[in-house]
Amino acid sequence: MSPDAGPAATIAPSTFPSVWNLINRFFEWFGELGLFAWQVLRSAVRRPFEGRELLRQLDEIGSKSLPVVALAGAAIGFVLSLESRSSLVRFGAKSMLPAALVYSIIHETGPIVTGLVVSGRVGAGIGAELGSMKVTEQIDAIEASGVNPYKFLAFTRIMACILMLPLLTLAADFCGVLFGWIAETLVEPVSFHRFVSQGFIGAKFGDFLAPTFRTAFFGLIIGMIGCFQGMNTKGGTAGVGISATSSVVLSSLFVILADVVLVKFILVFFS
Amino acid sequence: MMLPEQAVLPAVEESGASSAIESPVVKRDGAAVVLGGLKKSYGSQKVLDGITVTVERGETLAMLGRSGTGKSVLLKLIIGLQKPDAGSILIQGQEITSLPLDAMNEIRKKMGFLFQNAALYDSLTVEQNIAFPLQRHSKGTEAEQGERVKELLASVGMEGDCKKMPSDLSGGMQKRVGLARALALEPGILLLDEPTAGLDPITSGEINELILKLQEEHDMASIVVTHDLHSAKTIADRLALLHEGRVLIEGSFEELEKSEDEFVAEFMKRDA
Repeated sequence: MSPDAGPAATIAPSTFPSVWNLINRFFEWFGELGLFAWQVLRSAVRRPFEGRELLRQLDEIGSKSLPVVALAGAAIGFVLSLESRSSLVRFGAKSMLPAALVYSIIHETGPIVTGLVVSGRVGAGIGAELGSMKVTEQIDAIEASGVNPYKFLAFTRIMACILMLPLLTLAADFCGVLFGWIAETLVEPVSFHRFVSQGFIGAKFGDFLAPTFRTAFFGLIIGMIGCFQGMNTKGGTAGVGISATSSVVLSSLFVILADVVLVKFILVFFS
Repeated sequence: MMLPEQAVLPAVEESGASSAIESPVVKRDGAAVVLGGLKKSYGSQKVLDGITVTVERGETLAMLGRSGTGKSVLLKLIIGLQKPDAGSILIQGQEITSLPLDAMNEIRKKMGFLFQNAALYDSLTVEQNIAFPLQRHSKGTEAEQGERVKELLASVGMEGDCKKMPSDLSGGMQKRVGLARALALEPGILLLDEPTAGLDPITSGEINELILKLQEEHDMASIVVTHDLHSAKTIADRLALLHEGRVLIEGSFEELEKSEDEFVAEFMKRDA
């Protein structure tokens, strides 16, 4: 290369392989995730169905996430109510506060906050637990005893995430509306019944259905990525840490991406 | 009676030390495990390069070798946790290298595996660990399974520790529980990966005695991976020394001790 070839020519040889490697690794990861999903799906339709383990996971993922999800929902409802109030008062639309709050919480804030909180708590938990089981050969021990780990460990967790996310979303929605009312009533007392009645004016059952069940898809993402990252852990404790972190980062990222896509989908097909 | 696969592999005499050059294959009627020309590589690293070994019913074979010679890999190939690149694995007469998962799981029920660090499920108690394979594969009632767990705990001398968590146990105790779990389904073949690794000499001796006792009680074929020569001498009927991916020599402890091969002599001298 001539010395006056310019910076682009100097950068190119070292940049292209690294970008290429990055793209390669991205598709490799997706391919492996696809194979993993296929293994889980295949194992799911075969007996035994591991009902006891599924119940344990429903408790672990659902009941134990309830306090943090409820708290997040409550905080969002409270803050949303305070922030919205001043804007609505400025435009003379104070009476719209309950409806604006309920619509905002049910349609977007409740589902996405639940998705992100659960991806933090459960995604990290699954990644770390399965990662630790992987490096201490516990997953090998399960397989060696003739039990399919894709079903026993992965399917039960993924299914529990899918089933619990909509329920947790309802809890977050309820706490959001409740604390939105508390915030409003601290400024200007109003009965909860009246607040809710005004909030749900014009709301249909369909308004709940699509946004709430959207979170079942978030559950699939959180469970699948957590299990995949955990069961593919390499190395020792450092590997477990990487699995836990990557589970949270990737599941949060894909929950946000899925939210964008699904909102558009819901607007097209359910509005 | 010879198995059909025997025709392609050269057979050697049934007793006496044999070397890798002769590629020993002994296939006898009723063999519990027959490995034929087993190969396994990781990238460019060749770990196993044609392992050929037979283990009879009721016999204990100790696989010896330096660290990193693929001894543990060999056990994982036998239990189907990994697939060999080439070669055959016969478990009680059945080829397992190409079996689908369901059929492989049926074969796995015939084998017990003690992992190097016991690999107890750390979220389950001692008794739940032992009950794990029973709950999934045993046809007995819950009460019968409970009795079996008690029986197994008694056989490894851990009756009083059934409610403890694995983190509350010492290394030796974890090995005992691991052994009880491996025996839960009354397997015909027992695979032991470094059963005495990381244990003090007294606990190692106790584990060796326990393995001997259990082998006598259950009449199983066992493959013990170890580099503890004392342990191998105590519990094994026959020893095989792995070197550079192949079985360098196999025979009784005395036969290996008498070997004039430089590496064998060095290995036996260093570990003695």
